[in-house]
Amino acid sequence: MMTNVPLLRMEGITKIFGGYKALDGVALTLERGEVHALVGENGAGKSTLIKIMTGAYGRDGGQMWLDGQSVNFRTPEDAQGAGVVAVYQEVNLLAYRTVAENIYLGREPRRFGFVNWKKMNADAREILERLGLNIDPRATLGSLNIALRQMVAIARGVSFNAKVVVLDEPTSSLTEHEVSILYDVVRRLKAEGVGVVYISHRFDELYTVCDRVTVLRDGRFVATRSLAGLEKIDLVCMMLGKRREELRQGTTAFRHIERRGDEAPLLRAENLTRGRKLNDVTIEAARGEIVGMAGLLGSGRTETARAIFGADRIERGEVYLEGKRLNLRTPGDAIDAGLAFLSEDRKAEGIIPELSVRENLTLAALPALSKMGIVNNARQREIVEKFMKRLGIKATSADQKIRELSGGNQQKVLLARWLCKNPKFLILDEPTRGIDIGAKGEIQALVGELAEAGLGVLMISSELEELVEGSSRVLVMRDGECVAELRGNQISQDSIIHAMAEGSAVQADQHVADDVSKQF
Amino acid sequence: MQQATGINSTAAARGGVMSSLAAYGPTYGALAALVLLIVFNAIFTRNFATPDNLWNTLLQMTPTALVATGMTLVIATGGIDLSVGSVMAIASALAATLIAGGTGVGVAALLALAVACGCGALNGALISGFRIQPIIVTLALLIAGRGAAQVISQGGQLIPLNNPAFGYLGRGYVGPVPAQVLIMIVVAVVAVFVMRRSSFGRYVVAVGGNEAAARLAGIKTHRTKITVYAISGLLAGIAGLIETARLGASDAAKVGLNIELDAIAAVVVGGTPLTGGRATVGGTIIGALIMQIISMTFIMNDIKFSWSLVLKAAIILIAVYVQRPKVA
Repeated sequence: MMTNVPLLRMEGITKIFGGYKALDGVALTLERGEVHALVGENGAGKSTLIKIMTGAYGRDGGQMWLDGQSVNFRTPEDAQGAGVVAVYQEVNLLAYRTVAENIYLGREPRRFGFVNWKKMNADAREILERLGLNIDPRATLGSLNIALRQMVAIARGVSFNAKVVVLDEPTSSLTEHEVSILYDVVRRLKAEGVGVVYISHRFDELYTVCDRVTVLRDGRFVATRSLAGLEKIDLVCMMLGKRREELRQGTTAFRHIERRGDEAPLLRAENLTRGRKLNDVTIEAARGEIVGMAGLLGSGRTETARAIFGADRIERGEVYLEGKRLNLRTPGDAIDAGLAFLSEDRKAEGIIPELSVRENLTLAALPALSKMGIVNNARQREIVEKFMKRLGIKATSADQKIRELSGGNQQKVLLARWLCKNPKFLILDEPTRGIDIGAKGEIQALVGELAEAGLGVLMISSELEELVEGSSRVLVMRDGECVAELRGNQISQDSIIHAMAEGSAVQADQHVADDVSKQF
Repeated sequence: MQQATGINSTAAARGGVMSSLAAYGPTYGALAALVLLIVFNAIFTRNFATPDNLWNTLLQMTPTALVATGMTLVIATGGIDLSVGSVMAIASALAATLIAGGTGVGVAALLALAVACGCGALNGALISGFRIQPIIVTLALLIAGRGAAQVISQGGQLIPLNNPAFGYLGRGYVGPVPAQVLIMIVVAVVAVFVMRRSSFGRYVVAVGGNEAAARLAGIKTHRTKITVYAISGLLAGIAGLIETARLGASDAAKVGLNIELDAIAAVVVGGTPLTGGRATVGGTIIGALIMQIISMTFIMNDIKFSWSLVLKAAIILIAVYVQRPKVA
């Protein structure tokens, strides 16, 4: 075997889903004994690339070599046979079977046609020991904790004589201590010459265990870099697709006026804590203020919003509106108190696809629109007409099913769902993601007007322009903590990126930013 | 179909005959099938198009239609209720035992309905509170409920009922209309109204269409689910009492046996998708009628009844095919 060819090489990988290019000419090179991070924001194409690598998807273009041999996996079994395996975050194992059975599921060692338990248990023990794990192969999987189950999943992967192991967000359900067990396993794989592709949103982890990183964005290859010597801020810039020249203003529809918040906070959320996802987050927002919230995927932005809205149980923390402590057990409680929440994932958490524009628009307002449980059609029509006109919602009629509308119009209907309730505080999670430019500008302008009229707004966004131009203050989240608060002329794309990467509000170093722009 | 107006006409105008069929399938497919069946029978089946036969048809389908109406709401939330037949048996056994023991007819009936409703609410509470799949929870009650009904009736013996007031439920008439048919019509009309005009009806389809979104819009998803299962239980209870009054006896081992399957078939044929998020009570009644008329067609024409089962199965498959979600 030649040693100078890379373990795994992918070139020009393209994948098309119904006319939409999920991957466009992506490349990845993995060396023996390397831990290779794969990063990117939503829609970057990480999971599509992994699925192609491990045979779950076919590819529409490009080539792939394993040990210098051109390969074309048709099924995950094909890939496993060749030694390329993926271990997913949700562990797909059988809780009621033993550890050894799970590791050898579907290819149990046999003798005279029967399962050779002795050999299976011995083999399983050997693999577990190789990984430094002290797990009894005869234990029932369900009796192990999540972390150990995940290790068994990795052991199963390794048992295919794996050359390439893909770990997809392996730490997302692990505690701090359990993460160190995982690190240990990863280091042992590395020492054996196995190539590991490591997907995670947590920068600390990447810098702890990974050698190199490949960045994807919008289905395209951005760069592969060695992590040693790569500034976090450079990495964030690559993920977000920012260059120096773009860090100027004037692309959003926010009117550029200095907003002063009232003195007394309208909303105060204190010490919000939930597992590793939220750690003691405290935020405040005043009437008439748009508080921006920045952070990478998985930084705890959405979790903060959901905690304030009562959508997730939190371990600790309190929410006050107008100085009054809210008892939030369900979103219904938050709505009754005067909060509104435009969720991030329109399809999964926003629209009721089979219902009409009218029914979707008035969904949250029904209690106010009905008497003895019967909806007042006249008032409903009035409100629907008013808001369809005010927001410029384009539909053939209010009877049209919402799923037939464009993303921008769907988003407007969802925004109207909250505005017709006349809320006191509005939480927007990625309000303009995936909608056309026109609708985007309209929504931004509307949010600005609403704030001027006295509404309090928390606006989560991945679009830095939107945050810089729309917010009176910007909070930056990182690894479940609120790490920076930027005000006034501190607010710039530079400073936000810097805080996302380094966790502090210090202005980005000029020459670092220059370097970044040269790399594109 | 050419005369269709409004939004639907644009959808139909886009493609040829097949796509217009597909566009109308879910809404009018069942109605078209019903009309075809009636026309066919009016021509070929003797004594079909008579008032007597009309009332007889409606009479025969009443228990199924009642149960199927509740099932429609349950299915609209994305669930299913297999326990309806056993709940019918519980209500039947309880009412009969109480009346035989000297309790007043009104009290006995109300008590039986309350227990039936409670059985449904229990289903709903287990499903929404403990996140157990509806098919499992209601399967458990399907099994346990049949047992409980037989325990109530002292080992499943037949309890004869000669109470005239109770018998009215099964044999009484209001003008030309059998009392039980009247109950079915009232229930159906109320259900249609609730699903069209009430906020509760909106919540039912919202929970079935996108539970996460419904919850974030402030809808009490647990309460909504518990309520639909309670309604399903209540309607099954009413059906159980009617069946008992009709037979003039309670047979805990037989009342409502396999009715869940007929009810689900009526719902599916009527155009309510099993995936939830949509409900058409009117369609369900049409579905129940179709199934009933198919049975009668075979019986009245002296064709082996077993063949009607084959035709029913075919109708169900065709209905599901016509309503399948279209790939964008």
